[in-house]
Amino acid sequence: MTASLALVFAAAVLIATGVYLTLERSLSRIVIGLSLLGNGVNLLFLIAGGRAGGAPINDGDTATMSDPLPQAMVLTAIVISLGLTAFVLAMAYRSWQLHGHDEVQDDLEDRRLAARLLDAPDDVDDTDLETEAAEARDETDDHVEGQR
Amino acid sequence: MTWLVPLPVVIPLLAAGLALVFGRRPRIQALITTAAIGAVFAVSIGLMVISHNQGPQVVNVGAWGAPVGIALVVDRLSALMLAVSAIVLLGVLIYALAQGIADGPEGSPLTIFHPTYLVLAAGVANAFISGDLFNIYVGFEILLAASFVLLTLGATGERIRAGSIYVVVSLVSSVLFLVAIAAIYAATGTVNLADLSGKLHDLPGDLQFTLQALLLVAFLVKAAVFPMSAWLPDSYPTAPAPVTAVFAGLLTKVGVYAIIRTQTLLFSDARMDTILLIAAIITMLVGIIGAVAQDDLKRLLSFTLVSHIGYMVFGIALSSHTGLSAAIFYIAHHITVQTALFLVAGLVERHSGTTSLEQLGGLAKIAPALAVLFFIPAMNLAGIPPMSGFLGKMGLLQAGVSDGSPLAYAAVAASLITSLLTLYAIAKAWNKAFWQPATTEFNPTPTPRSMFGPTAVLAAVGVVLAVVAGPLYAYTDEAARDLSARTPYVSAVLIDGERGEGLSQVEVGDG
Repeated sequence: MTASLALVFAAAVLIATGVYLTLERSLSRIVIGLSLLGNGVNLLFLIAGGRAGGAPINDGDTATMSDPLPQAMVLTAIVISLGLTAFVLAMAYRSWQLHGHDEVQDDLEDRRLAARLLDAPDDVDDTDLETEAAEARDETDDHVEGQR
Repeated sequence: MTWLVPLPVVIPLLAAGLALVFGRRPRIQALITTAAIGAVFAVSIGLMVISHNQGPQVVNVGAWGAPVGIALVVDRLSALMLAVSAIVLLGVLIYALAQGIADGPEGSPLTIFHPTYLVLAAGVANAFISGDLFNIYVGFEILLAASFVLLTLGATGERIRAGSIYVVVSLVSSVLFLVAIAAIYAATGTVNLADLSGKLHDLPGDLQFTLQALLLVAFLVKAAVFPMSAWLPDSYPTAPAPVTAVFAGLLTKVGVYAIIRTQTLLFSDARMDTILLIAAIITMLVGIIGAVAQDDLKRLLSFTLVSHIGYMVFGIALSSHTGLSAAIFYIAHHITVQTALFLVAGLVERHSGTTSLEQLGGLAKIAPALAVLFFIPAMNLAGIPPMSGFLGKMGLLQAGVSDGSPLAYAAVAASLITSLLTLYAIAKAWNKAFWQPATTEFNPTPTPRSMFGPTAVLAAVGVVLAVVAGPLYAYTDEAARDLSARTPYVSAVLIDGERGEGLSQVEVGDG
């Protein structure tokens, strides 16, 4: 099987950029990253299909026909990623509505550990999860007001 | 009787459409959903009987013969997974319906709950019955899309936060899975599992290793095995109680199922077993130590979930007949018990308005039935002798000891320690929530019987599994034997090693 070097290169660039963007905190960048990742992987499927050839439907000649299976798979993957991208966008919008930004916050445990390191270790124990969650929410609210 | 095979996917999907049409009529919606899941349960039991007696059942979708088209295969393992997941889906559905009736129109699940729940059921079933790697991916995506909607139901701030982590992690693992599929197709020219089981063997060893590692990483993220487990305890507890319960029961087990399928059917060499065994040991220990440190009931249960995934991976990593059999038994046990525990946690939250173990207290006096209901699956999870958890762990320990390697003994030790620590964590939680005097005053809301019922039934199923453990172990033994032999599966899909049944018998040129 021979593969086009240009396709390999394009897939590598797309996936590398996608990984970089997915590591960001803001959901809108993550969406772009995931789309790039998805497209990079779709190119991988095209490479997996082997050499380019005629359309599988029109062209009756099996010798010059291109492999239709990866194309079917890529189509499915594109449709799925369309739906999921729409969902992540909706989630980013909702996050912006609620918090004024679309950044993924640290999880509760991380925030507690950070608080434990900053404060005297003894007095953190008696606060419980819910108050801490509420405080964390307050912090983001202040942050938002500061931005505005 | 092969026409039964696609039904666990088709029925919920059709019903999801119907439920969407009747979006403004909650009663009809509830009826449709219950009927559909009930039908799936009946079909799964039927499939279990048929595949047990007649061997794997195969359907070539659209009459495209096996390596070209999509094959749906139900063997003993798939049928058992289908049946157990249908029981859990039915129990949780009735619980959710009762919650809706008890809380009136405001408390009832949104219009979108029923269709999404059905789509989730279809996705889980599709992953279980698919005999095609790409179709497993499609099944994963169906259940993931549904789980995204269910997890962020109501779109409150906390759920969006937890949801973003879950969504991003899931999507990244799906991308990894897709990369693995593309690489496998490039190397072999097929994605049919039965076809792959022959063709992957002809590849060079290094290439096989790479493909196996790619697939495993994607599945290990889904199954929440350490070090890819951090997303789970953070995202599950914020969802509504029935949603958390069904996720905890089913979603990680779909990942475990995929690991079993690929480890046995595609890559039979013990190449990754050492790595899997080490991952299993660390998952068990890290998960349970996390659980001991928690002071919130739902988070504690999420950590025990992660920890007990380690048991199943332990059984798979032994890659012996007894190990696989015990792992399959353990999956059936763990799905029901973990779901029951999360449903009880939902009842506790409803009863006292919180799941914080610091604030809870004295529930044994106010709600003695709830205390018993938590106690039974909790002891089952820890593996107290007469119950199914004990039998599952016993089987795994036996398999580990008979393996005899130092690493297997280490895993045996780790699973004993984990079992003890589970008992400690869960007894501590029980003491704090039900036994200690209440520190804060709260107004208890009475729990409706209708929510109590399904929880009790699921807890009872966990106990009944111990009663029928003899026949069930015989069944999982045969399932494990089929899995390690591989021929029943492969020869059912590719008849005489050629192609599956279908119209497309013409040879296609190699692309």
